[in-house]
Amino acid sequence: MIAIIDYGVGNLFSLRSSFAALGAEAVATGDPDVIKNADKLVLPGVGAFSDAAKKLRATGLCDLLISEAKNGKPLLGICLGMQLLFEKSYEYGEHEGLGLIKGSVKPIADVIPEGYKIPHIGWNALVFKKPTPIFRYINEGDHVYFVHSYHACGCDEAVTSVTEYGAYLTASVQSENVYGCQFHPEKSGAVGLNILKAYLEL
Amino acid sequence: MITKRIIPCLDVKDGRVVKGVNFKGLREVDSPVSLAEYYSGAGADELVFYDITASAEGRRLFTDILTETAKKVFIPLTVGGGINTVGDFDRVLKCGADKVSVNSGAIRDPSLIGAAAKLYGDQCVVLSVDIKRVDGVFTVFAKGGRENTGMEAIEWIKRCVGSGAGEVVVNSIDTDGVKKGFDTELLQKVCGAVSVPVIASGGAGGYDDFITLFREVPTVDAGLAASVFHFGEVDIKALKQKMKENGIKVRI
Repeated sequence: MIAIIDYGVGNLFSLRSSFAALGAEAVATGDPDVIKNADKLVLPGVGAFSDAAKKLRATGLCDLLISEAKNGKPLLGICLGMQLLFEKSYEYGEHEGLGLIKGSVKPIADVIPEGYKIPHIGWNALVFKKPTPIFRYINEGDHVYFVHSYHACGCDEAVTSVTEYGAYLTASVQSENVYGCQFHPEKSGAVGLNILKAYLEL
Repeated sequence: MITKRIIPCLDVKDGRVVKGVNFKGLREVDSPVSLAEYYSGAGADELVFYDITASAEGRRLFTDILTETAKKVFIPLTVGGGINTVGDFDRVLKCGADKVSVNSGAIRDPSLIGAAAKLYGDQCVVLSVDIKRVDGVFTVFAKGGRENTGMEAIEWIKRCVGSGAGEVVVNSIDTDGVKKGFDTELLQKVCGAVSVPVIASGGAGGYDDFITLFREVPTVDAGLAASVFHFGEVDIKALKQKMKENGIKVRI
């Protein structure tokens, strides 16, 4: 069973539907027992980092997520959920993340040239950096759907793919059993479903 | 590099797609769910469902259909039509919409965009504007293009983006239905005025109109159309192939 962490941030409908389409049992939950019993975890999220971090902390689930991940349970962060895996974010100030992956989250405006629109919204191609099991059913150059204004930095060792938007932006990361996608696999058509399928099969 | 998006728009009334759709060799299809699956398979980058129902019963049917579609189609879904309050945002987002488009609702209540953006994020709020030239001035029209608001369009768009609209759909009343191409003059102006993605709507008659759009307005992000796709005049797969041959970045 997959536990999609429900902490009052974002729309979990499509994520649940994607897992259902793949024949997997996925529940949106904030219940510590369900999370402990789950085979795998998914941390979703949209919106501002500080709001989401605050809400996640308010559920009291942070320590549980960290200990489950450190005990080897697969955890996949999506979009803002991936950003929360890092140590810090510099979105409107400086905010603490879960610290499961070394690095921080910074504005894409720092690296992309003038004239590029922010947020980075739309379908962009993946450039592979390192092999990762969740990409076993997709190919380099496949397009996925992005919506973001911030990206992960200082995490070269964990970066598994990037995408080109005037500069190379971090598209996905992995540190042992902890995975992150800056894009939305649940909105990336067949390619996205194939990423989730590979995650299910870990 | 980010790709240019192709977006079919489905007008839904009482649970069916208005007029239905005729594909070569296929019977008429008017189920929004089947059409959404078809377009997603053909390579559409996003879908817009436009609710033109007036009754409460029709509205309930619409949200049922949206739920059904979001269970089967895994590309971004935008919903528009009858969005007047934050409660309307909530209603369609819960049923699987990713973005919500506001038009007359924002004209009636200019605080709607800011309130929705605060709750759901800018990425969720799409401003849709119907624009017509009146004495040479780009002017905003409300109520499906029937009512002249007297507002200058570029100022209105800038104001809404400032309040939190994360994308803008520009519908040109002057080119809509004429099938002679998108309103590139208007689109250039809008793209020059705001830094959020701009979606062109109104005027697509054939393949070349999309090529012209992306060539003449390189900063426009997407082309939206309805009937050219529904009547098979433009096949999305073939369109994307032609865009690629013309050096336009697309997802194939």
